[in-house]
Amino acid sequence: MSEVNEQMMPPKVVLPKLEKNLYEARAIKSFLLTAMVWGLVILASIPLFSVIYMLIVEGGARLDWEAITALPPAGFETGGGFGNAIVGTLVMVGIASAISIPVGVLAAVYLSILEPQSKLATTSRFLAKVLTGFPSILAGVFVYAILVITTKTYSAWAGGVALAVLMLPTVTLAAEEAMRQVPQRMRDAAFGMGCTRTQVIFKVILPTGMPGILTGVILAVAGAAGESAPLLFTALFSNYYMAELAEPTASLSILIYNFSGMPFENQIELAWAASLALVVMVLFFNILARIVGRSKF
Amino acid sequence: MIFDPFKASASDKTLSMPPSQADFLRDSAFRYLAYFGALSIVLLVAYIVFELGVQALPAIQTHGFGFITGTTWNASEEEFGVLPEIWGTLYSSLIALIIGGTFGVGIAIFLTQGFVHAKMEVTFRTIIELLAAIPSVVYGLWGIYVLIPMLVPVAQWLHETLGWFPLFSTELGGPGLAPAALVLAIMVLPTVAAISTDAFRRIPYKVKEAAYGMGATKWEVILKVMLPTASSGILAGLVLGFGRALGETMALAMLIGNVNNISLSLFDPANTLASLLASTFPEAGQIEIQALMYAALVLLAITLVVNLLGLAVQQYTMRKFEGKK
Repeated sequence: MSEVNEQMMPPKVVLPKLEKNLYEARAIKSFLLTAMVWGLVILASIPLFSVIYMLIVEGGARLDWEAITALPPAGFETGGGFGNAIVGTLVMVGIASAISIPVGVLAAVYLSILEPQSKLATTSRFLAKVLTGFPSILAGVFVYAILVITTKTYSAWAGGVALAVLMLPTVTLAAEEAMRQVPQRMRDAAFGMGCTRTQVIFKVILPTGMPGILTGVILAVAGAAGESAPLLFTALFSNYYMAELAEPTASLSILIYNFSGMPFENQIELAWAASLALVVMVLFFNILARIVGRSKF
Repeated sequence: MIFDPFKASASDKTLSMPPSQADFLRDSAFRYLAYFGALSIVLLVAYIVFELGVQALPAIQTHGFGFITGTTWNASEEEFGVLPEIWGTLYSSLIALIIGGTFGVGIAIFLTQGFVHAKMEVTFRTIIELLAAIPSVVYGLWGIYVLIPMLVPVAQWLHETLGWFPLFSTELGGPGLAPAALVLAIMVLPTVAAISTDAFRRIPYKVKEAAYGMGATKWEVILKVMLPTASSGILAGLVLGFGRALGETMALAMLIGNVNNISLSLFDPANTLASLLASTFPEAGQIEIQALMYAALVLLAITLVVNLLGLAVQQYTMRKFEGKK
């Protein structure tokens, strides 16, 4: 029996060691690098949690009904709030949206559907990308030159236009991308039924691309709400509720900027509370954008 | 009555109808509107460049090139120079880019190379995106009341032990380059991470599989295959992040100290073009405003060059992977 067994055995082959040796140089290197990447990610998350912690602890303590309705306090006053700044921010973001969303979506229609390869489309797509990297303060300088100097007053209009300059490229590029995602065969089917281009756009492409367009638009709104540099010398600031659009207007971000450098405890607390209000506003839009983007029509 | 080919070919019983005259009118009107929408972006950019140029023209004529090499900003003597601001802008952005870039690329690797479950990847990506969503002023406020108090003892220790090193040659007395650059790094990080993540995702999956199939460890795959392949995309992210940093205003105006100063030390106060604009513009007189317009033009030129460079690299990357256009 044993003879047979020996005959049946395959010839002995010397196999290389297939197990991974944990102490091999490259395994150690792998481990160290993995640990480093984990460290980077955790370290990078710390600022966010620190900011959120400070906002809740410092800002949450002051964020009450008085803070969101009262007027900003002067020097040594106690109490007060930033009701006018909330109104101002909302109004100016509203003006900016009213200008930039229609223009941006129209531009996106041209870029993605009407003449995607034309010279104008290539140029304006490229310039829109350049504009997204445009320093926001320059939008303020530009609008100061065209609106504040000519009308001789800081105004909510000027602030809104400055924000619109920043929103326009974001809206355009996001809407273009969303419309591009609409399958070609849906367009072809609509054309095949004899629709005009406008009908295809309004009845097929816009409804289908709507979640994507809305996501882009809402993110642009969120970005605009948090902007402060372009408002600094277009809308300036005001200590009162706005009576008309053609007067200096308060905004949350400028209030935070102004109050952060003040030597008064009360103002600094309010700056934190205003920051919390602003971040809640911005995050609300961000989450909304995510929810809308996920929904399918 | 004009002969209508549509009506002629359709039978009387059909429900279908040809586009009416109004449809055609609406169609061309809408197309013209869209055309003007696209045109408006081009006009806007042209108008911005033109208007800044016109506004800066008087200052360009009086100060000429000396504006860029001058080191003092004194409104009462009408002496304007932005060399310290240009230095501060480039230096702070560079530091921010080194820190934010390292983190950004590290995070991109973490999010794309299967370190955690896909659901955790989504969580971390959301955290990074939220980092980008927080307004610049809020970071400024956080910098003043959290970061600076935290940095002061660290800076003191670094200055005492390594004071001979030019980066640590002075003490941090509050606002300065270090806190400004750190906050800037936090703001650059999401841009770099997003574009680098995209670059990693563009690499076909089989490239990674081939490398693993040859017995490479995870990090050999990442360092020797994935990083070189994604390098041009990462470079685009770094350049665009740099452009973002150059134009960032509010956090810097709050943290950098706004002092005209050219120094290598991380703990000295400094100034940047954008924060010069933010802090000086509201109270400036007419002559000073012209000089500030000139400074805005300089900032526009710098960011434009950097952004164009970044976009060019990005285009190159896309062409490399998609082989089109």
